[in-house]
Amino acid sequence: MFKVLERRELAPTEYEILVDAPRIASKAKPGQFVILRIDEYGERIPLTIVDRDKHAGWIRLIFQVIGKSTAQLATVTTGEYLKDVVGPLGKATEIENYGTVLLVGGGVGIAALFPIVKGLKEAGNRVITILGAKNQNLLILQEECAQYSDELILMTDDGSIGKQGLVTDAMEEVFQREKISTVWAIGPSIMMKFCTLTAQKYKVPIYVSLNPIMIDGTGMCGGCRVTVADSIKFACVDGPEFLGEEVNWDEFVNRMQQYRPEELLANKRYEEQVISNG
Amino acid sequence: MAKRSYTKTPMREQAPEIRNQNFEEVALGYTLAEGRLEASRCLQCKNAPCITNCPVMIDIPGFIKAVEENNMPMAYEILSRYTNLPAICGRVCPQEKQCEMVCRLGRSKKFEPVAIGKLERLVADWSLEQPVEYNEVSGEKGRVAVIGSGPSGLTAAGDLAKLGYDVTVYEALHAPGGVLTYGIPEFRLPKRIVKQEIERIIAQGVKIETNVVVGKTLTMDEIMTDFDACYLSVGAGAPKFQGIKGTALNGVYSSSEYLTRVNLMHGYQFPKYDTPVQESKNVVVIGGGNVAMDAARSAKRLGAEKVSIVYRRSLEELPARQEEYHHSVEEGIDYHWLSNPIEYIDDGTGRLAAVKCVQMELGEPDESGRRRPVTIPDSEFIIEADTAIEAIGQGANKVLLDTFPELALNKWGYIDADEETCATSIPGIFAGGDIVTGAATVILAMGAGKIAATEMDQYIQKIKQGEPVK
Repeated sequence: MFKVLERRELAPTEYEILVDAPRIASKAKPGQFVILRIDEYGERIPLTIVDRDKHAGWIRLIFQVIGKSTAQLATVTTGEYLKDVVGPLGKATEIENYGTVLLVGGGVGIAALFPIVKGLKEAGNRVITILGAKNQNLLILQEECAQYSDELILMTDDGSIGKQGLVTDAMEEVFQREKISTVWAIGPSIMMKFCTLTAQKYKVPIYVSLNPIMIDGTGMCGGCRVTVADSIKFACVDGPEFLGEEVNWDEFVNRMQQYRPEELLANKRYEEQVISNG
Repeated sequence: MAKRSYTKTPMREQAPEIRNQNFEEVALGYTLAEGRLEASRCLQCKNAPCITNCPVMIDIPGFIKAVEENNMPMAYEILSRYTNLPAICGRVCPQEKQCEMVCRLGRSKKFEPVAIGKLERLVADWSLEQPVEYNEVSGEKGRVAVIGSGPSGLTAAGDLAKLGYDVTVYEALHAPGGVLTYGIPEFRLPKRIVKQEIERIIAQGVKIETNVVVGKTLTMDEIMTDFDACYLSVGAGAPKFQGIKGTALNGVYSSSEYLTRVNLMHGYQFPKYDTPVQESKNVVVIGGGNVAMDAARSAKRLGAEKVSIVYRRSLEELPARQEEYHHSVEEGIDYHWLSNPIEYIDDGTGRLAAVKCVQMELGEPDESGRRRPVTIPDSEFIIEADTAIEAIGQGANKVLLDTFPELALNKWGYIDADEETCATSIPGIFAGGDIVTGAATVILAMGAGKIAATEMDQYIQKIKQGEPVK
């Protein structure tokens, strides 16, 4: 059992929890994730480790309510417990001093981007960060990213904060004005795909963090398999970071839809239960 | 005594047309009377060959005699001297290739061998109804870590606890049991039985910590610092894919994923449990081992209309247990013998529509002694399918091994450990089960666990007495 030490609403439908998990906190590196299960009927869902405190022994997780399990997770409050949390899983980001790096985060993907921003800044890079969301309310972790960025560019669909437009517009501007050694992009798959195309246009290597369907998260089922450079990789153990230009995006997007009917059914059933229980 | 029956005392089973719609256990077990009748068939051989052909050398005539005499506590006492998982072995061991294969009764004309497995199961199931006695372990003899809670790890842990060691088992998943929990389905091995049997091992004083991925959550350095010795029994759980065209289509699974969803995550009880398993109409399972049988029979129970197994050799070479093959046929599973898939065909939306296969014929024997399948030219055919499950074997999981490069591996990527002692290239670290042999059987993994426990005990005691250890 893993105690939730703190729970906060960050934005409409986006939540942050601090979970007491000393072993994971002592090992976690930027780019890694955990798999959690809320209760004995629960499914195993992957979430990126956003931050951790080695001494206090907690890890920080951020999630968006997108279906049954995340809706239920949003109801777990301070002082309550999660049944299972396992990690840190996946390969860590290769943090080193690259020079000037560009980091692009979209929506709840900003949560997964933040530890990489922080890690690269601490490794001595000049860090330019672009954050994008639908509107100001959904633009999470601005202050935290600002703290570890030399330059922070905000983009919203409606222009409610920063500039109106897409993160790829901001990428173009940065590429045109200066030399970038490496890019990271984390967000919805369609965003990562277009970030990849933009970086390729300027011949800059770009890493993306893939979030396919996972079950065990330890390499024993292949549910999270993705085709990278024409070979089968398991995102949970070989990734989750891969070079964007090597990812077969159409296939990746298609596989994400695999359980759409079941996901909708589970969510509908949960909402009905919540309503009938008041 | 009544005349010995030529055949085994039959065990009641659920009818095929009923059981292929539920996940309840197929074989229902002996009553005490049936067990005593079957026990009376045993010849009580001196130098019984069944004992030497059992990987954990159970005193088979001994426990069978106790059953015949209606002394169940004695029967269980004898069994538990040799095995920590009798209810599991009685159900899933391939007895026809081990103890029962060499039974002297079975060797004589017209007689079937004694149903040793079914009797073991009877005694074990009886014991699970008895109250559990909890053991206090002082741990004075030393501290041992076991990595992986499958049959090999649990056996080693149970034996070491009996010897007085403080044993901690680390398991990566949220539930212990390894393949017993995520792989073998409920209808062959009820999870209630697995839980109860593991509870017995915990009662010996063994601690089990779930959600610990050694190599990630804890490092091997930490393990080696905190414990006197360590047993690596992490299994061979990484699925292989053939890698043919269309492998990424929705509806194509590894058997590991399919069975993990069904068994560990209770996918067959969706949406009571949150993890879904795809609804299927036509299912193709690729492979001929027990895992293929388990996947096919699970798919049938999940409501598929037609389930076919595609196997590249013929019935004669089928590696699955005979009993499982017969059960699968009774339950309506079809077979395409001497066939091999070459492509998964897209329905135009990224989902599987059909599996394209070719016919094979058997050529010269290969290294394994089995005749090698060879493709027949222009023999392509199509099987309509919305789900395909590849059950073509597993390899070593690299998660732990990648973080522990000092450990010597063999050319197949498994741990290079001595089969006689389970010793690895690093003193104090022992290994056994599928991570050494590649995917094999539950009982062989248990046999390795027993050897490891004895060897680790000797190793630790030598170290403690300051003796030099190789």
